[in-house]
Amino acid sequence: MSILVNKPGLLSTIQDGGRHGLQHIGVVPCGAMDGIALEFANALVGNTPAEAALEVTVLGPELLFEDDALVALCGAEFDARLNGATLPLDRPVLVGKGDRLHVVRAVVGARAYLAVAGGIATAPVLGSRSTYMPARFGGLEGRALRIGDRLPLAKDAARLAAARYARLQSKKVFDGAVRSVAWSVPALTRPEREPIVVHAMEGRHHDLFVAASQRAFFEASWRVSPDSNRMGFRLGGPALARARAGEINSEPACLGTVQVPSGGQPIALMADHQTTGGYPKIAEIAAADVPRLAQLAPGGSVRFARCTLEQAGELRRVLRRRVDSALRALNWTFR
Amino acid sequence: MYAEFGETLDLETNQSLQALAAALRARKLPWLRDIVPALCGIALHVDPYHPELPDPILPHCEALLVECFKSAGRFEDSGRTVEVPVCYAAEFGLDLPELAQKLSLSQAEIAKRHARPVHRVLMVGFSPGQPYIGGLDPKLSVPRRATPRTRMPAGSVAIANLQTAVYPYETPGGWSIIGRTPLRVFDPVREPPSLFAPGDKVRFVPISLSEFERLR
Repeated sequence: MSILVNKPGLLSTIQDGGRHGLQHIGVVPCGAMDGIALEFANALVGNTPAEAALEVTVLGPELLFEDDALVALCGAEFDARLNGATLPLDRPVLVGKGDRLHVVRAVVGARAYLAVAGGIATAPVLGSRSTYMPARFGGLEGRALRIGDRLPLAKDAARLAAARYARLQSKKVFDGAVRSVAWSVPALTRPEREPIVVHAMEGRHHDLFVAASQRAFFEASWRVSPDSNRMGFRLGGPALARARAGEINSEPACLGTVQVPSGGQPIALMADHQTTGGYPKIAEIAAADVPRLAQLAPGGSVRFARCTLEQAGELRRVLRRRVDSALRALNWTFR
Repeated sequence: MYAEFGETLDLETNQSLQALAAALRARKLPWLRDIVPALCGIALHVDPYHPELPDPILPHCEALLVECFKSAGRFEDSGRTVEVPVCYAAEFGLDLPELAQKLSLSQAEIAKRHARPVHRVLMVGFSPGQPYIGGLDPKLSVPRRATPRTRMPAGSVAIANLQTAVYPYETPGGWSIIGRTPLRVFDPVREPPSLFAPGDKVRFVPISLSEFERLR
């Protein structure tokens, strides 16, 4: 049971819910950049929320299915084709042995998740299938997809696809050239008009910066620079100046930490973030908004809105309720 | 959440943080994903969507830290001493010439002073398995380099301020490289994967180029 990679796309990696619990020995959490889209894609094919899926970036792969499978593509709005016909997003789609799926390019947003019923079955490393490229472990040999790779699927992927799709068929069916349904889940993380607004709290070292830079951080529109990656988004904009120089001790960093190296250009730490760092932290992005930031491609722009810890918690609860209500509507299909 | 227990590094604080981390870990709290004892503080990473996540989270974590701090036993020395063979030859000690000039010490003297004391792992972080090791001879203390290297070769042994780091992977870095170890610092399929753990004693053992090749 496998999928053959005919073209790898710009950066396609296997990611799951992340490699947690080992940051005390420096193990980077990794996992999907947009965890909400991963959870939706998995739910649509009947998987548990953190199962391994394929994270595709800006230009997607061309895949040949060597068996039947039930798939879902969620996250960024991609132009994707199944045997040339438009692949509907945000819903389960039954693909057959020999079908070609071309995830062409992102139209809105940067990253999407292709989940397959039963999950992608590469061997877990330290409890996760997520690819960590800098140390070359996880996923497929710790690297992005290459031509000729085979993505292993669960042994019973074809059976799961048939069984789960059979339960969908009694419902309203998609009117088109592909086997799918008429409904879809909402795209909660797709970027709205840019600059997108992302909430952030003042960081531990906020007061180390001069007042003008403290203001500039929350007023400027920041552009995601081309040398951004899964480790961090470098943000182009006004240089942020510190009130006084001097080194600080390296200390733990976190998903969504915004640190400012001596050059003054902030870096927002993303899924592959280093576990500790020695640069001052001007802000911490609200957890609920990290997946939306993750949907910006290089060149995309973001503005930070100041929030409190309580407000960040409320954003998280609101997002959770929206996700849960979308997933509840799915419950009748699979469970 | 990050709780700081002091702004300057001292071994006693660092070791009490490791005892605190052990006490927290023993609680096996399902919403607490990561417990990271650092140089002079401790970080708690939570699963923001865990159904059992306490609300509000901050006062709960503060109370938890205080409670565990009180109940934590004394720091227990793992008893482990990690011997790290280091080749201080010119091929590997890329910054030795510059350091020798800055510190008015010969390159051989720098290597000797580095290998003399017993060091301690204060924290593991940045990349998988990378140790921050305290106990450097104060005579060898230099700030981070003004311009970081874009690539520190894997296995590089480097110093800055009063610490030594061993780079498990080729990454950027701003510390001064004095040698290289042939050891594999991190291996995800080894048990344990990380050669170093916080609290370990470390001895750097000088080796020749031929020994380096043999051990690699």
